[in-house]
Amino acid sequence: MQAAFYIAGAIAVLSTLLMITRLNAVHALLYLVVSLLSVAIVFYTLGAPFVAALEVIVYAGAIMVLFVFVVMLLNLGDRATALERSWLTPGMWIGPSTLAVVLAVELAWLLGRSASGAAGETVVGPKEVALALYGPYLIGVELASMLLLGGLIAAYHLGRRAPEKAE
Amino acid sequence: MLHLLWLVPAFPILGFLVLALVGPRLPRKLAAVVGVASIGASAVVSILVATDFLAAPPANGAFRQTLWSWIDIGWFRPQVALYLDGLSLVMTTVVTVVSFLIHLYSAEFMADDDGYSRFFAYMNLFVASMVMLLLADNLLLLYLGWEGVGLCSYLLIGFWYRDPVNGLAARKAFIVTRVGDTAMALGLFLLFSHLGTLDIQASMSRAASQWPVGSGLPIAAAALLLGGAVGKSAQLPLQTWLPDAMAGPTPTSALIHAATMVTAGVYLIARTHVLYELAPPVQLAVAIVGASTLVMAGFSALTQWDLKRVLAYSTISQIGYMFLALGVGAWTAAIFHFMTHAFFKALLFLVAGIVIHAMNDEHSIFRMGGLRRLMPVAFWTFLIGGCSLAGLPFLTAGFYSKDLIVWAAWSSPRGGWALWSAALLGVLLTGLYTFRVIFVVFFGEPTAEVEKRPGPAMTIPVIVLAALSLVGGLVELPPALGNLPLFSRFMASALPPFEGGGGGAMSEGLSGLVAAVAFFAGLYGAYVFFVRRRSLANQMALSRPGRALHRFWFADWGFDWLYDHALVRPVVWFARVNKGDVVDAPYRGIARVSQVLHHGLSLTETGRVRWYAAGIAAGAVVFVGIALIL
Amino acid sequence: MLPVSMGQGLLLASFLFALGLVGLLVRRNVIFMLMSIEVMLNAAGLAFVVAGSRWSQPDGQVVFLFILAMAASEVSVGLALVLQLNRQFKSLDADEASVMRG
Repeated sequence: MQAAFYIAGAIAVLSTLLMITRLNAVHALLYLVVSLLSVAIVFYTLGAPFVAALEVIVYAGAIMVLFVFVVMLLNLGDRATALERSWLTPGMWIGPSTLAVVLAVELAWLLGRSASGAAGETVVGPKEVALALYGPYLIGVELASMLLLGGLIAAYHLGRRAPEKAE
Repeated sequence: MLHLLWLVPAFPILGFLVLALVGPRLPRKLAAVVGVASIGASAVVSILVATDFLAAPPANGAFRQTLWSWIDIGWFRPQVALYLDGLSLVMTTVVTVVSFLIHLYSAEFMADDDGYSRFFAYMNLFVASMVMLLLADNLLLLYLGWEGVGLCSYLLIGFWYRDPVNGLAARKAFIVTRVGDTAMALGLFLLFSHLGTLDIQASMSRAASQWPVGSGLPIAAAALLLGGAVGKSAQLPLQTWLPDAMAGPTPTSALIHAATMVTAGVYLIARTHVLYELAPPVQLAVAIVGASTLVMAGFSALTQWDLKRVLAYSTISQIGYMFLALGVGAWTAAIFHFMTHAFFKALLFLVAGIVIHAMNDEHSIFRMGGLRRLMPVAFWTFLIGGCSLAGLPFLTAGFYSKDLIVWAAWSSPRGGWALWSAALLGVLLTGLYTFRVIFVVFFGEPTAEVEKRPGPAMTIPVIVLAALSLVGGLVELPPALGNLPLFSRFMASALPPFEGGGGGAMSEGLSGLVAAVAFFAGLYGAYVFFVRRRSLANQMALSRPGRALHRFWFADWGFDWLYDHALVRPVVWFARVNKGDVVDAPYRGIARVSQVLHHGLSLTETGRVRWYAAGIAAGAVVFVGIALIL
Repeated sequence: MLPVSMGQGLLLASFLFALGLVGLLVRRNVIFMLMSIEVMLNAAGLAFVVAGSRWSQPDGQVVFLFILAMAASEVSVGLALVLQLNRQFKSLDADEASVMRG
């Protein structure tokens, strides 16, 4: 099981790296999907099968599909790819990379200092999660549903075409 | 009747308030009535008070009327109180009577002017301040009156404010007298801090008991007060403002700059005579200032072509006589000369106003002429005033007062031949310039037709003043001529007697004779130069040294030039150099720094999302780093 | 299940987060920026799940659920905004929309 964790982790990192360096939007999206799937495997190895399933169904299955739809709607063609190439000069990477590397190093250091325990000893199944959700975290559920409602309305309104006559 | 004393300043103050608040809305006649009647009432009250005082003199020769307590802080308790003794009585009566006559005159003189009620408001305020100055029983109240007359002088010199020249003259007067006022204020601080009181009588007696003669403190205090007196009375070195002050209306020149305000310095020194007796060097300085001023002003008066400026320099010169008298210890003689001078100088100015008015505001004497036949009243009154000024023997008031001073300059232990000859030179010069004016203006060929003749309101005051100029001197007849020292006896309670006796070879009669000779020499000289042989006068004036002297004397012995180069130009240069205001620089610098910071920091507002995201990331790095380190 | 140390799980999360950050800062195309944000959200969720698994409690998974809901609504609104951006500026350059600059 540990090996599964490490392999899945490596694939996740690798595919994310590939994703951020792609020029074609659809390619990048597909790499992102791979990354999400590997993270789902990581969840499974940690004894969280419920969120593993959710990751695949919702994240990779719905959200990424939404991305794909929009990219298709925008109809980015070769011109976009050329534009991306012009924007992604090697020099661009230096600053952000430094920043991110420093951050990662700091975080790693912090993690190294503090004690940790073993994760994934027991499997926390859907039943426990459901009991927690509809027990102590009930308000969170309601708020999340309101958030989703808000997002729905906002997305509908913002995505509309402007009305024909001037206001 | 003495308890009515408070009405003397109260009437003019009331007049001022009425005219200041509702003056413009009153019809002209009513404004004039208010303005003149308030002074008239004041004059009447002061005459009543004077008769009462003469008939039944109060104890100690002084009457004190306390009105209310002004300030009450610990042991600093100046009060608004009036102190009437011989000195203040004489001066108050003269001031109110002459003011009344001048107000009556100006009711007609200023009749065409727009600021009619404003004029009377200012004049009333002036009389009120002057009377407060004279009647004050403590130096703080005196200083209030002092400042009040200075203010009114400024307001009245610049009365026709639309012409900037008048504003400049008013400013010059105010600033120059301010220099003196500052010295006086310092003197008051000194007196108060060392003597603990500003009440005049109390402080003088304390000074006499505490300070030995000739020590530093009375010398400093007396010198500072002398500075104030010199400024207000236009003596050396602060005399430059008075000739320019002639830019004001003629009644103003008559009242303020001839009869009353400029004598405030004389009053101050006479009031604090104890201090000067404690400081002999300063008293000598008073005499020297008086003597040198009277000679210098005499020379300057000789070169002036503006009628009023001649009279202005003449005023400076005559006040020099008063200072000379004070300096040699002839206190009473100085006040006597003040009285006669008020009469004839006011007279001269009023007639000058008549003449200038009649010649359509022509000020130059060389464009007037032959007015003897055209304006007989003006001629005779001016002649009487001029003779009194120059000191025509026996007939005029000026003779008696001036002779007293000339004699005192010789016979006083503090006098001497130098001061005496200066006084005599002054007599000669006075005769010269006075008769120069008389001969040029009233004799010779007429240059223009006289259209505006004065009415009764202008004629009566000059006739009254002419009469006073003739008989006003008869209250003090010297031993040789009747020995009637009424005036000195009256003043004996207020001022110390004159310690004469240092006559030596000369008697009073001989001195008087020499003075009379000087007078006639001046008269004859004027006659020769300006009637008979004007060509000789012109030749002298046009010669090389003559031209230089003329320019020098005309420009008041270069004082204006000196002050301009020594004081005015450096200040103006500094103001120009410091236009950026060095002191303000730190404050502007702070503003500049915050501006620079703003410009710098606003560069971080690029509006680009990635930039902001980078900022957040950098912040996160920093905070995690801090968490790491700590 | 053989356990994995929590530290390593969190380490993986932080690496993924850092990579997402790089992607956000480097790419100019708005779509890519949104994708990078998704990566970062995912990494955060991973961290939560790791922590919850360490203590054998469902709380981590519950929070991950909330993160998921939030990500979903954020993506839908965000993509709607991308469509508006495209219509307004005729491009997907994030640097175009920099009117609020000082």
